[in-house]
Amino acid sequence: MKKKLVSLVLVAACVFSMAACGSGQNSDGDTQDTTKSSEAEETDQEDAEDASEEGSGEGGTLIMATNAEFPPYEYHDGGEIVGIDAEIAQAIAEELGMTLEIEDMAFDSIITAVSSGKADMGLAGMTVDPDRQKNVNFSDTYATAAQVIIVKESSETAGPDDLVGKKIGVQLGTTGDIYAEDIEDAEIERYNKGMEAVQALQQDKIDAVVIDGEPAKVFVAENEGLKVLDEPLTEEEYAIAIAKDNDDLLEKVNSALAALKDSGKLDEIVAKYISADE
Amino acid sequence: MLQEKFYDNFIKDDRWKYIWEGLGVTLQVTFFAVLLGIIIGFLIAIIRSTYDKTGKMKLLNFFCNVYLTVIRGTPVVVQLMIIYFVIFGSVDISKVFVAIMAFGINSGAYVAEIFRSGIMSIDNGQFEAGRSLGFNYPQTMRYIIMPQAFKNVLPALGNEFIVLLKETSVSGYIALQDLTKGGDIIRSRTYDAFMPLLAVALIYLVMVMIFTKLVNILERRLRNSDH
Repeated sequence: MKKKLVSLVLVAACVFSMAACGSGQNSDGDTQDTTKSSEAEETDQEDAEDASEEGSGEGGTLIMATNAEFPPYEYHDGGEIVGIDAEIAQAIAEELGMTLEIEDMAFDSIITAVSSGKADMGLAGMTVDPDRQKNVNFSDTYATAAQVIIVKESSETAGPDDLVGKKIGVQLGTTGDIYAEDIEDAEIERYNKGMEAVQALQQDKIDAVVIDGEPAKVFVAENEGLKVLDEPLTEEEYAIAIAKDNDDLLEKVNSALAALKDSGKLDEIVAKYISADE
Repeated sequence: MLQEKFYDNFIKDDRWKYIWEGLGVTLQVTFFAVLLGIIIGFLIAIIRSTYDKTGKMKLLNFFCNVYLTVIRGTPVVVQLMIIYFVIFGSVDISKVFVAIMAFGINSGAYVAEIFRSGIMSIDNGQFEAGRSLGFNYPQTMRYIIMPQAFKNVLPALGNEFIVLLKETSVSGYIALQDLTKGGDIIRSRTYDAFMPLLAVALIYLVMVMIFTKLVNILERRLRNSDH
C-alpha cells in the first residue's frame, strides 16, 4: 500500500513538472529570454511572465498556426510556407512591428493551439462557426469562400442534392466536414488532408469530395479527370482565430486588417494567388 | 463549467458514439492483426530456426530475411498508407481490412523474432534428447521445443501486442475511424483538447491493463507445470 502511494506521488510529480515545461514554452521562447534565465537563475515563473509580456509587445514574435496543405491559402513552396493567409499574416505582423513565425499543424489542432496559447492566431481559411466561437474569438472576415463539391468527370452527380447516400470525402474538422454530416444517408470519410481525400476520389474509394472552393480549383487543375460542380454546397467567410483572453491582439489585428483593406493590399494579395477570370 | 464541457464533448449530438464506434474498430483491427501477426510470425520463426539448426530452407530463409528487413526498417504508418494508397490504389477496399493487413504484417515481423529467440533459448540438449528418443525434427519441435519456448516468450509476446494495440491509433491516416480518430473528430467539433484526449487515453490504458492481467493469468497457468 505504501509503495502504491509513493508511486502515485511520483507520477503526480512527473505530470506537474511536465505541465510547468509546457507553460514555459507557450510564451514565445525568445533567444533573449534563454540568455536572461541563464544569467540570473531566477524562478521559472518570473521568466515566463517576462516572456509573455515581450511576446505581445512591440518587436516580439507573432506565432501563426496553420495547416499548410490548403492551396492557395497556405502551402509549402520550396521549404517555405506561402499563400494568401501567410501573406496576410505577414502584412499584419509588419503593421504591428512584429516578426511572423508560422507553425504548420493538423487543421483540427489549430483552434486548440490558439486557445491554449501555443500560437497567437490561427489563419487557415477558417470559417466563423458557433462551435468554434465557444473556444476562440474571430477577427473581422477577410475573404469569402464556398464549400464546393469535387467529383470525377464521368460522375452523374450534378449538384448538392445528388449527394444523398453517397460516400463523401472531407478534411477532418473543416466546415465541409460539418456540412457534409447533414447530408442524408451520406457516409463521411474524414481524411487528415484535403489532398488525401482527392486522392481517394481519384482511386474510386469515394464518390465526391466536399472542400473549400479555392483549394478545390487547385486540386482539380493538378489532377486529371476531376471537376468542380458549379453549384456550391454553402457560402462562407474566412476570419482569423485569436485566443479568448487576448482582446488586445484581437483589436490590433482588426485595425491592421482594416488598414490592409483600405490600402488595397488585401485585394492585391488575393489577386496574386487567385486569378480574377475564374 | 466542467459539466458543460462534458456535455459538449460527449453528450451533445451523441458525440460519445464516435468514441464507442471507434473503440469497436480499434478492437476489431487489433484482434485480427494479432491473429495474423501470430500466424506470420510463427511460420517465419519456424523457417528461420530450421535454417539455423539444420541449414535447410535456404531460399525461404532468404525471403524471410528480406521481409524482416523491410517491415522492421520502415514505420508502420508509411506501410499502412502504402497498402491503402499504392497497393490497393485503384480499388474501393474495406479500410478495416487494410488496417488488419498492415498491422498484422507489421506485427508478424516482430513476433517472428520473438518466437525465434524463444526457440533458440532452449538448450540444444533438449533437441538432441528428442532426436535420440526417436522423434523426427517436426515432432521434436512440436512436443519438446515449442511448449518450452512459448512459455519463455510469453512476456515479450504480451508486450508486442500492447504495442500493436496502441499502434493502431495511426489508422486515422487512412480515414479509418478508430478510437483515436473518434476522439479527434470530437476535438475538431468542440475544439477542446482536454476531455476527448483524456477519455481516449483512459480507454487505451484500461484496455492495456485488462490485457496485461490476462497475460499474467496465462503465465501463471503455464508456470504450474514447472515443478
